[in-house]
Amino acid sequence: MSDFLRDYLNVVWFAAIALVLASLLLGISAIIRPNKPSAEKNIAYESGVNPVGDGWSQSQVRYYIFALLFVVFDVEAVFIFPWATRLETYGTFGLVEMGIFVFVLLLGLVYAWRKGVLRWV
Amino acid sequence: MFAVDSLLDHIKLFSIPTLIVIIKVLVVFVVGLVGTMLMVWFERKVIAFMQNRIGPNKAGPKGLLQTLADGTKLFFKEDLIPDKSDRFVFKLAPYLAFVPAFLVWAIIPLGGDFSNGKNGDVKILGHVTKLQLADPPVGVLLLLALSSIAIYGIMLAGWSSGSKYPLLGSVRASAQMISYEAALGLSLATVILVTGTLSTNGIVASQFTFSRWSVIATGVLPFAIFLIAATAELNRPPFDLVEAEQELVGGFNTEYSSIRFALFFLAEFMNTITMSGVIVTLFFGGPQPLRIAGHANVLQFLGPVSGTVWLLLKVLVFLYVYVWFRATLPRLRYDQLMNLGWKLMIPLALGWFMLLAFFRVGQDSGWNTWVIGVAGIAVMALCAGLLQLASKVSARNREREGAMF
Amino acid sequence: MQLFVFIVAGAMVLGGAVGVVLRTHPVHAALSLVLTLFGIAVLFIAQDAQFLAAVEVIVYAGAIVVLFLFVIMLLGIDRAEDLHVEPFKIQRPAALVIGVGLVSLLGIAVIASREHPVPTVTPSQAVTDALADPHNGNIRALARDVFSDHVLAFELTSALLVIAVVATVILARKPRKGETYIVSGSAQ
Repeated sequence: MSDFLRDYLNVVWFAAIALVLASLLLGISAIIRPNKPSAEKNIAYESGVNPVGDGWSQSQVRYYIFALLFVVFDVEAVFIFPWATRLETYGTFGLVEMGIFVFVLLLGLVYAWRKGVLRWV
Repeated sequence: MFAVDSLLDHIKLFSIPTLIVIIKVLVVFVVGLVGTMLMVWFERKVIAFMQNRIGPNKAGPKGLLQTLADGTKLFFKEDLIPDKSDRFVFKLAPYLAFVPAFLVWAIIPLGGDFSNGKNGDVKILGHVTKLQLADPPVGVLLLLALSSIAIYGIMLAGWSSGSKYPLLGSVRASAQMISYEAALGLSLATVILVTGTLSTNGIVASQFTFSRWSVIATGVLPFAIFLIAATAELNRPPFDLVEAEQELVGGFNTEYSSIRFALFFLAEFMNTITMSGVIVTLFFGGPQPLRIAGHANVLQFLGPVSGTVWLLLKVLVFLYVYVWFRATLPRLRYDQLMNLGWKLMIPLALGWFMLLAFFRVGQDSGWNTWVIGVAGIAVMALCAGLLQLASKVSARNREREGAMF
Repeated sequence: MQLFVFIVAGAMVLGGAVGVVLRTHPVHAALSLVLTLFGIAVLFIAQDAQFLAAVEVIVYAGAIVVLFLFVIMLLGIDRAEDLHVEPFKIQRPAALVIGVGLVSLLGIAVIASREHPVPTVTPSQAVTDALADPHNGNIRALARDVFSDHVLAFELTSALLVIAVVATVILARKPRKGETYIVSGSAQ
């Protein structure tokens, strides 16, 4: 049991090294790079002219629909994985069960498609 | 109460297992870093040759040290943080892009002997171990989890800049990445279906002959979907709308400079290598040898390293494919990109998965093979017809409303 | 060691939760939520529930918080929310009542368990199997539960998700020509 928990510890170490490396790079460069701030340098880039309005503008609502559809298919994938490891165990019953599940979710996609919200105009 | 108790037993300083772990971590890390640098050189050089140029040739032999020179230059550049930015998130984002890019290496089997159903154990200093940093039973899921974390790096980098181009670039990028991650996950499901396990080690071990390589066993289509989805997930050409220079300047990292920019750049190339590694692991048997002209393993003379060499060769093929894509294919339009993802790849991946599952269950319960075959193809045809109908309806609607394209 | 992991994960969860409540900037609050979810994933791993840990990160941190961030960008919030504006008059008293209720319930549970310790339960077949085969058993036991005992809930999940999609589509759809929508503000 400890065996695969040790695996996770390896991953943590690995992540720690990556973090340390990134901080090290930033630290070294912080020491040796020049630092001469000026008001003009720190203006947001907008093709060389002074920025107009606010940097944070609203994004479009259609991105939200894609995000929601992603949640739907993500959840679907998460349900599919354990089923796919051992689908023989559940036999025909499992197949029908999963078929209904997938079908219902596809209905959602088809509905969004039919209503034209997947269209990028 | 906690299963972590036994962890303590393994943290004896200077014991051999600890030493092995340290060696493994360091080797993988250094190889990953050097590999990334070489990848940048490789990409520039190959593209140069494809375009009849010479490419980098000044720094070091054949320009090999070009990446190092570029990196050193970035060290001496001023680090600018725009006034309007959200400083905390602006500084956090490069880490969020960089660290997950490295972590994928931890779960890819990097070598070992998998012939005849062996599970890739090797002996180092008298201890049996796997040439893999970690082999959790849910390895493939960790992969998905890491790629979903990578979205944050790009999304937050663009948002925190407080500038218009990065914001547009990052919203586009994250929408693109989540769209293709769905297709990625669903084509992954077919691999799990044929290998019957979620652990990367198990997936490699089950592909012990050429006909059991997942690319064959799943019928090529999931591989094609995975390759396309992975390219989109990496934001590489032809799906590099994130940094479409003509419209978005530099995309999400427009406001980044100095080493912060370098971290994004490194992460991008590191992701390309890891994704190639993942494709090889999932579909092409990882370190499994390929039978050539009757020889089970033509690299047998290399001994225990032969698995690693096989893996490297296979990964190189995919790295070349990615560079080739970049040199050949023009960039997609955003609506084409989204249509491809949602209206073709996801339904196709799902349909193929259900078809495979249908065959598997049918075989298992001893149904008539012919009946299954005909029924399966009929169902697929029906679905394809419905999809055709749907896209026709949608095209007609579009025309009626007089859209621009 | 067990204590160490528990403390670190617990600190992540609590710190994140406090951050969600106290940070006035919505994006920072969402990031604190990610921290909380990671802490929970670590706790799951410490309890050997690896599949749940992965799912926690994939679905919650990877999809749902991304959805939140899209909403935040959709609203175009670029400044801290003004806390003195009350959209719903009832929400503060309601939050107070629910909060006090939850805390007192927890307190009662803790006190009660001191007097009457929880009797040892006999683990179900699935749990026994999972413990017998730690490498794959976890996923298989979970799958067996979901796909045989809880079929209805499983199928209802799909219905629930589709309902969410339909609702979003209706809210977000552009009006066709000839239809009129009453909207106060429009996305750019």
